[in-house]
Amino acid sequence: MSVLVLLEGADGHVKKSSFETAYYGSQVAAQLGTTAIGLVIGEINPADLPVMGRYGLKKVFYNNDSQLKDFVPGAYVSVTAKAAELTGATVIILPNSNTAAAIGSRLAVRLNASLASNVIALPEVTDTTFKVKQTVFSGKAFADVLLTNDRKIIAVKKNAVEVVEQEGAAEVEALMVDLENTDLIGKPKETIKATGKLPVAEADIVVSGGRGLRGPENWHLLENLADALGAATACSKPVADAGWRPHHEHVGQTGITISPNLYIAAGISGAIQHLAGVNSSKVIVVINKDPEAPFFKAADYGIVGDLFDVLPKLTEAAKALSQ
Amino acid sequence: MKILVCISNVPDTTTKIAFTSDNKALNTAGVQFVINPYDEYALTRALELKEANAGTLTVLHVGEADAEPTIRKALAIGADDAIRINAKPTDGFFVAQQIAHHAKSADYDLILMGKESVDYNGFQVHGMVAELLGITAITPAIKLEVTGHAANLEREIEGGKEVITAELPLIVSCQQPMCEPRIPNMRGIMTARTKPLQILEPVSADVKTQYESFSLPEKKVGVKMIDAANAEELIRLLRNEAKVI
Ligand SMILES: Cc1cc2nc3c(=O)[nH]c(=O)nc-3n(C[C@H](O)[C@H](O)[C@H](O)COP(=O)(O)OP(=O)(O)OC[C@H]3O[C@@H](n4cnc5c(N)ncnc54)[C@H](O)[C@@H]3O)c2cc1C
Repeated sequence: MSVLVLLEGADGHVKKSSFETAYYGSQVAAQLGTTAIGLVIGEINPADLPVMGRYGLKKVFYNNDSQLKDFVPGAYVSVTAKAAELTGATVIILPNSNTAAAIGSRLAVRLNASLASNVIALPEVTDTTFKVKQTVFSGKAFADVLLTNDRKIIAVKKNAVEVVEQEGAAEVEALMVDLENTDLIGKPKETIKATGKLPVAEADIVVSGGRGLRGPENWHLLENLADALGAATACSKPVADAGWRPHHEHVGQTGITISPNLYIAAGISGAIQHLAGVNSSKVIVVINKDPEAPFFKAADYGIVGDLFDVLPKLTEAAKALSQ
Repeated sequence: MKILVCISNVPDTTTKIAFTSDNKALNTAGVQFVINPYDEYALTRALELKEANAGTLTVLHVGEADAEPTIRKALAIGADDAIRINAKPTDGFFVAQQIAHHAKSADYDLILMGKESVDYNGFQVHGMVAELLGITAITPAIKLEVTGHAANLEREIEGGKEVITAELPLIVSCQQPMCEPRIPNMRGIMTARTKPLQILEPVSADVKTQYESFSLPEKKVGVKMIDAANAEELIRLLRNEAKVI
């Protein structure tokens, strides 16, 4: 028995968001009286791996097959299934990403496991039951769900646990798997990614803009504030639909749902579909010139005012803070 | 080209979610059900591909009779025929097994569906069907083009996208900006009434999760307003009071 944690990499390093997934896994392992073991697929700086001990992993399996630098759905499933078999994993923890969803759904069938997505807290475990809390209705509500199979796969959202670092280094072991040709179908020809930018779903702070910004030429106002706060930028649906911003920044019921520590919305009215995607943020700030904007009802802090005046002021104040 | 589009029937996105008094189920009183918004991308893209490649388009729904208006709407938008597998869609794996059982003997070139349904947000049926059928799923796709037997796709990843080519048959989960979803026109609505809708009984299938209860997020206690003339104060509060920066 063990808990297996799938760690994600980016630009040759274990992603910071995976520290949280690892820690979550170690806490589940503690609940079950077993150990947590990580798995990394792709080319990752080997020096990153022992460090995962700080987040409670006893061991990390490492597959650096050169064919798997990019995400290849079938192959990643096969490697994860192999690691699950070797470690006798009864629980497998994944991040709640697009890539992990593509793995988790197939793995659940292959390993005959219960699968839960969008999980926001540690499970409740008894001798006979295993229950998780997840967001449903795109963030408008929560569900407590019993996972009834012996094996469970859990995709965990950001901020599901508060990480407490500890002493210790993880043992590292290579795990190479003979792949079938069919495993390699769907291998990307090319991956196009904004380098050096934090993806919205992984950011602690998100600064987001709506139609109130009037056009892409004004986005520097948001970006400047985001830079000053070390934040990622996001947008409302009409903004992405109009092509002002790339689609992967669109948050809401039909975009990504996020749970950062701080969400700052400027020039966004707060339509129910938008709120669904962001209302599990810890703190919400709304800047809108319309005092009746529905978003204020869902906010912790609000400023009624013209964002063209307010954003530069906030940027200056944030810069002053970091000096 | 033979295309299957799987649709789910979900509360309209403007719905204020509420649960029954025991918190065991969605309170459906006054709730309008619609085609899952992500499935609309799958349906419209499938129509465009069918029109360009001379194919057939079947829609499939796993659910009970009350979903028939949603199925008729998909027919009105342009699907040729529909199948309803008559069962309560208890969880993602149950639905996936029903879809896979039907698709196994039907030789579809493409199976499209939304990346997730906006009710239970499992984001999992496509992958499960893929594994059950032993074919590849590309998920979530923001672009799908087909020439002969080859598909060119783009898949959304956190902060970017991947460019992928793959051979049919394929399962593709769809989301914006794949296409501009179509709405039914009058002629479509008229012809939809007479298009075939076949009702099949479910195969026995495993269920591996059980929804025990539902709850709503806590309401915010009230917003603290800061004067725009004094906007800098916000940054101080975020640091000293909320402690998030
Ligand atoms: C099926 C469906 C799914 C949807 N899914 C999503 C989704 O996932 N995400 C999403 O965001 N939307 C979604 N929507 C759209 C949603 O209903 C709203 O239309 C959208 O969120 C509005 O975007 P907005 O707030 O940017 O624009 P608007 O509603 O136009 O609001 C602009 C706001 O900016 C303010 N403003 C203007 N100028 C200034 C200024 N100078 N200073 C300060 N404030 C200013 C205005 O007062 C206004 O409140 C969906 C809709 C449907 C039908």
